[in-house]
Amino acid sequence: MCLSIPSQIISIDENNYAIVDTLGVRRGVSLDLVSDSVEVGDYVLIHVGFAMQKINTQQAKESLKIYKQIVDEIGEEEVFTHFSKE
Amino acid sequence: MNLIKDYKDASIVKKLISLANQIELDRVYNVMEICGGHTHSLVKYGLINAVKNINFIHGPGCPVCVMPKQRLDEAVFLASMPNTIFCTLADLIKVPASNTSLEKLRANGCDIKALYSPLEVLKIASENKDKNIIFFAIGFETTAPMSAVLLEKIIQNNIKNVFFHINHVKVPEPVCALLDDKECNIDGFLAPSHVSVIIGKNAYLPLAKKYKKPFTISGFEPVDLMHSIINLCLQFKDKSYEVYNEYSRIVQDEGNIQALNLINKYFKSCDFLFRGVGVIKDGGMDLKDEYAKYDAKKVFDIKVQTKAENKLCKCPSILKGIAKPSDCEIFAKACTPAHPVGSCMVSSEGACAAYYKYIKA
Repeated sequence: MCLSIPSQIISIDENNYAIVDTLGVRRGVSLDLVSDSVEVGDYVLIHVGFAMQKINTQQAKESLKIYKQIVDEIGEEEVFTHFSKE
Repeated sequence: MNLIKDYKDASIVKKLISLANQIELDRVYNVMEICGGHTHSLVKYGLINAVKNINFIHGPGCPVCVMPKQRLDEAVFLASMPNTIFCTLADLIKVPASNTSLEKLRANGCDIKALYSPLEVLKIASENKDKNIIFFAIGFETTAPMSAVLLEKIIQNNIKNVFFHINHVKVPEPVCALLDDKECNIDGFLAPSHVSVIIGKNAYLPLAKKYKKPFTISGFEPVDLMHSIINLCLQFKDKSYEVYNEYSRIVQDEGNIQALNLINKYFKSCDFLFRGVGVIKDGGMDLKDEYAKYDAKKVFDIKVQTKAENKLCKCPSILKGIAKPSDCEIFAKACTPAHPVGSCMVSSEGACAAYYKYIKA
């Protein structure tokens, strides 16, 4: 049941219904559960025809930056500080 | 940045596996991944045995797998009624009830629809005003708000021919029951992705504190899972029991408030028989009494006779995390995805189905 593919909002109509693009496939989703205001261009997580949550792309960028650094062989001590429980 | 590809990057995953294996632990630790989607990803990406000191125990987080046979029999009863269109989410159609399945009923002419979204019920109801539409609602906290949105729209639009059979279940309560069970031996948890989007990181804080077990909320992608496993390894090493949110790009501390408000508006807690685990106090949800006229359990006189489970099937122990699919003598023999005997083989999120697809096949 769970698909974790981020989808981008293409358009929003007056009934709080959006057309989203998921890997090139377009479909309609309800925005009734998305509390923070979403706009065209935002990424959302979709579940059974509803947008569940807006994706914080800034947060995703920061995580990915850390992962990329890890692959670029930063020192181990430093890696584990990134994974500290803060 | 690519939100999909970058989280599947094999070079990052390999590096994280190697780092996880460098963390010195004094013994093997048992980690329960609660969510069936995590089970599926761990097996699919070959991470299930990737870290030497981590043994994965597959939890009861597949809503189809934990559905007790009696509720499936009730679905069959409702779907068999004349002048009825029975709607549910796709996974449930194949599950064997005591004497038949929804799939077989459909082949025999019953009008049974597997929906992409609960909101499709609105269109079906307006096009079939002379029929009763049953919405058989399944899922954890993830899908409960969607059922609530549907009910809200039905009330607003004064639609009179839709009835709900609610089977929503909750995550924290069965996790507590497992931790209270002496047979279970769990050291830490990979907490579910989508349920956590709704209930939030804070929902796990009392559990971590009470049972002194670490919880890491993880995304579905292999990079997410390995990052989460490293976090758990570090927590085991430090003997800490924090709630760590690896999936912070989506999961917030307080969850999705709008969705939680909808759940609280329309549903009340009820005891729920989790297949294989037992009755969990307040582990399920049901419609509040003021919505009785929409409640299929109250509107229709449902009568079922439920047969006992197949004695050879190990699903009950698998759902409790005390057996693996490969420990079951009918796994991949009498019980296959084409002919499922037990619930864990039925849904693609079940532990047995994941093992069959990626390990056995």
